[in-house]
Amino acid sequence: MKRSTIKTARAEGNSPASRRVRWGAKLAGLAVGSVALAGCSPAFGAYRGATTQGRSTFHLFQGFAITAIFVGGITFGLLFFVLLRYRKKSDAIPKQRHSNVKIEILYTVIPILIVVGLFFFTVKVENKVDALNPSPNVKVTVTAFQWGWKFYYPATNTTVIGSIKHYPQLVLPEGETTAITLVSQDVVHGFYIPAFNFSRYALPGFVNHFDFTPTSAGTYIGRCSQLCGLYHSEMLFSVKVLSAQQFQSWTSSQAGKVTA
Amino acid sequence: MKFEHKLYLGLGVFFAVIVAIYWFWSGESGGSTLILASALLGLVPGAYLGWWAMRMKPRPEDLEDPTSEESTGVVGAFPTYTIWPFVMGMGAFMIGLAMVFGSWTLVIGFAFAISAAISVTLESKRGGAV
Amino acid sequence: MTLLEQKGEASAHLPVEHHQGPTGYYRWLSSTDHKVIGKNYMYTSLVFMLIAGLMAMLIRTQLASPNSTFVSQQTYNELFTIHGSMMLYLFAGPFAFGGFANYLIPLQIGAPDMAFPRLNALSYWLYLTGGITMLLGFFTASGAAAFGWVGYAPLSSSTNSPGAGPDLWIVSIALVGFSGIFTGVNLVTTIFYLRAPGMTMFRMPIFTWNMLVTGLLILIAFPVLTAALIMLYADRHFGTHVYSVKGGGSPVLWQNLFWFFGHPEVYILALPFFGMVSEIFPVFSKKPIFGYKGLVFATLAIAGLSTGVWAHHMFTTGTVLLPFFSALSLLIAVPTGIKIFTWIGTMWGGQLDFKAPLTWAVGFIVAFTMGGITGVFLASPPIDFATHDTYFVVAHFHQVLFGTTIFAGFAGFFFWFPKLTGRMYREKLAKLQFWLVFIGFNLTFLPQYLLGLRGMPRRIAVYATTDHFTFLNRLSTAGAYLTAIGFVVFLVNMWVSWRSPIKAPDNPWDGHALEWATSSPPPSHNFHKVPPIRSNRPTWDMNHPEHADGRVMTAAELSREVLD
Ligand SMILES: [Cu+2]
Repeated sequence: MKRSTIKTARAEGNSPASRRVRWGAKLAGLAVGSVALAGCSPAFGAYRGATTQGRSTFHLFQGFAITAIFVGGITFGLLFFVLLRYRKKSDAIPKQRHSNVKIEILYTVIPILIVVGLFFFTVKVENKVDALNPSPNVKVTVTAFQWGWKFYYPATNTTVIGSIKHYPQLVLPEGETTAITLVSQDVVHGFYIPAFNFSRYALPGFVNHFDFTPTSAGTYIGRCSQLCGLYHSEMLFSVKVLSAQQFQSWTSSQAGKVTA
Repeated sequence: MKFEHKLYLGLGVFFAVIVAIYWFWSGESGGSTLILASALLGLVPGAYLGWWAMRMKPRPEDLEDPTSEESTGVVGAFPTYTIWPFVMGMGAFMIGLAMVFGSWTLVIGFAFAISAAISVTLESKRGGAV
Repeated sequence: MTLLEQKGEASAHLPVEHHQGPTGYYRWLSSTDHKVIGKNYMYTSLVFMLIAGLMAMLIRTQLASPNSTFVSQQTYNELFTIHGSMMLYLFAGPFAFGGFANYLIPLQIGAPDMAFPRLNALSYWLYLTGGITMLLGFFTASGAAAFGWVGYAPLSSSTNSPGAGPDLWIVSIALVGFSGIFTGVNLVTTIFYLRAPGMTMFRMPIFTWNMLVTGLLILIAFPVLTAALIMLYADRHFGTHVYSVKGGGSPVLWQNLFWFFGHPEVYILALPFFGMVSEIFPVFSKKPIFGYKGLVFATLAIAGLSTGVWAHHMFTTGTVLLPFFSALSLLIAVPTGIKIFTWIGTMWGGQLDFKAPLTWAVGFIVAFTMGGITGVFLASPPIDFATHDTYFVVAHFHQVLFGTTIFAGFAGFFFWFPKLTGRMYREKLAKLQFWLVFIGFNLTFLPQYLLGLRGMPRRIAVYATTDHFTFLNRLSTAGAYLTAIGFVVFLVNMWVSWRSPIKAPDNPWDGHALEWATSSPPPSHNFHKVPPIRSNRPTWDMNHPEHADGRVMTAAELSREVLD
């Protein structure tokens, strides 16, 4: 019985959006090969982010990935050149060069410049991802516990509680900002939605706040990312993003209800 | 000796700068305490080594080109065989097990550790023996 | 019996060779010779590595198929906890600073032994008993610790993880922690006070430099861990509330303390291995190390920065100052990059002789560069939010740690094997092992990056068919098995060298540092005669006077020294 529930919940998590992403991943594979071609936007295997925040993170990731390919390419290029070019040919003693200050300065300064650039973009995106809307459209309190999640919508007094036998669903409106308040009842958990490119610890005794602004309707899988004991692997949930209108009717139908 | 002194002092000063930045930026006390401790770990031995460096002439290992007269002298005394570290290790092991199982090994452990501590001290006082 | 050691380039008249003292097992139990202790450390840590490696095989077997029931979830949690704990606390560190450093530092600086030989012996016994204590967990009723090698509070509390297993884990790491602190003290003191005449700080081999910095980092980091563990023990047994919310404590405090140890620890594990390859590249290129001073300052920079980056493991807690830790974490990539370019620069224009040590060292550069670059991703908080606690992180730190401890570690092991044992290993087997491990390693960990980006969290015992993690996990498992075959080849290599030895010359590689100027294996107090040290490469200078770095002694000077 348990196994079948896993299947349903996960099958949902796998439906249209996920299939789209998988298709995107195949495309990305092709795109990596032709990264030199102008105008393409390879995903490098990552999710493109189904929220405005996650989208910013994805763009940052792309920037890092391109930098990494560039830096890695140069490093490996130099390495393989050396390995092939300077294979032992004779017993002659090569020139005993101890240092070359110009080259040393070069390989110190260039990495510093790259790192400063990466830091600049990191801070920019970080501020976007961490920004809290002073007047969010929806508020949800997420409580993590061993081993499940509780989603509470204070505006309508709606509660959804899940367990490892029955995964709960977090419903969010598309195009609107939801403010999440995250706590834990017992140990440290990780509230992780891969498709949103986001995770945050659920800590006991400390309240975390962050915003989601979903950009595309669909169902996504959510997981616990931080080891929390025996059934850590099965502490799943799903996220359903509805159009603002559908969300309205959902909330009014669920007002005051407790779903377990 | 001068360089050893500078090395410690340098690390200490670096950590002192970091702790200043960190403390005023974050106000977080736990991490600040730890970096402050690291700074002291650099500054205190650094000062001590500097104090010695001022009082002694460079050692043969500090000289670029020591003569053979400068190079001779006693390095130190090195024990070759002694059982007491093993005894002390076993004592610590038993104390450790007692912390988990709360058993009689605590008594034996302390007996081992204390006798080893006494013996190893006497041994090095005598100049070492098997 | 105590030997009074004379300082001097010529101490040939000292009767150090007579083999008095105890015999048999008692000799082994009571030895304070750094070479005996170093070898004990090395072999013990390799055994722990193989045990932890077997656990990795079980872990990979479990993950080879969806909804797997190969082991129970409880066993799975125990397996990865002890796998990680053993690899990090019992293998990677002790292999380097207990094994290699203990054996090599006195030889490289021309000293008769470590500064505190008795303390050194105690370190080893604490380490060995600590390791046994950790394994004892599997034999208790409630099983071994199952809260990850990081032991996060409050999962590690007495309510969430009752039983003897977690206590054994705490005691084990406390014992190993004290052992590490003693070794750190010994390393720093030895390097400061026991160098041979003429061995100035800036003539020390890079390996010795790296071990000095490692020693300093141990002194900064290990006491914090030991203190944190004692408080954890107190929370579990004496009713204190350091890490529990209910009593006014803070679970995040554990994370702060743990990572204040944990991040320098990463460099404590890595720096010795950087040092090893920095000895190997010059020798097999027949060139000096490129940019010696730059390398030394890069090492010092890593040491400094490494104590200011701990909270990059805590970006997703929402409790840390993101820009500060992000900036320092990104910055630490610079000295690390300098090192990689230094090694390439050393090989540039050389005569590369691809013996096993060089081959393994090149494998290290490849693995470490990939792991280093993906580390830069994780230094950026938004990207960390997306990948934290996923297989992306698992792949990253395995590339870094496996890259250093196994690739650089085996480079060093084969490089110094002739010195350690007086025998040669079998070159072909060492190469075969390399290719098996290298292909296996990449096949294991490269798919894990993709798994992480596709959303597979770490430390999960099961995943569903519908997650589409199966194919990549199968690749990873296949790679792990291939790696395991590589280690079987290693055992065969050791068996063959043991049963039909080939005698090793004193200086088989035309080495540069002082350890190659003494016999293989060295006599009980290391040198009959320390050669004159007038540069970073005294043994090279002695063997290649026409290409010497330092002042070459005149015949008169040399003969006077011999007569001394
Ligand atoms: Cu959880």
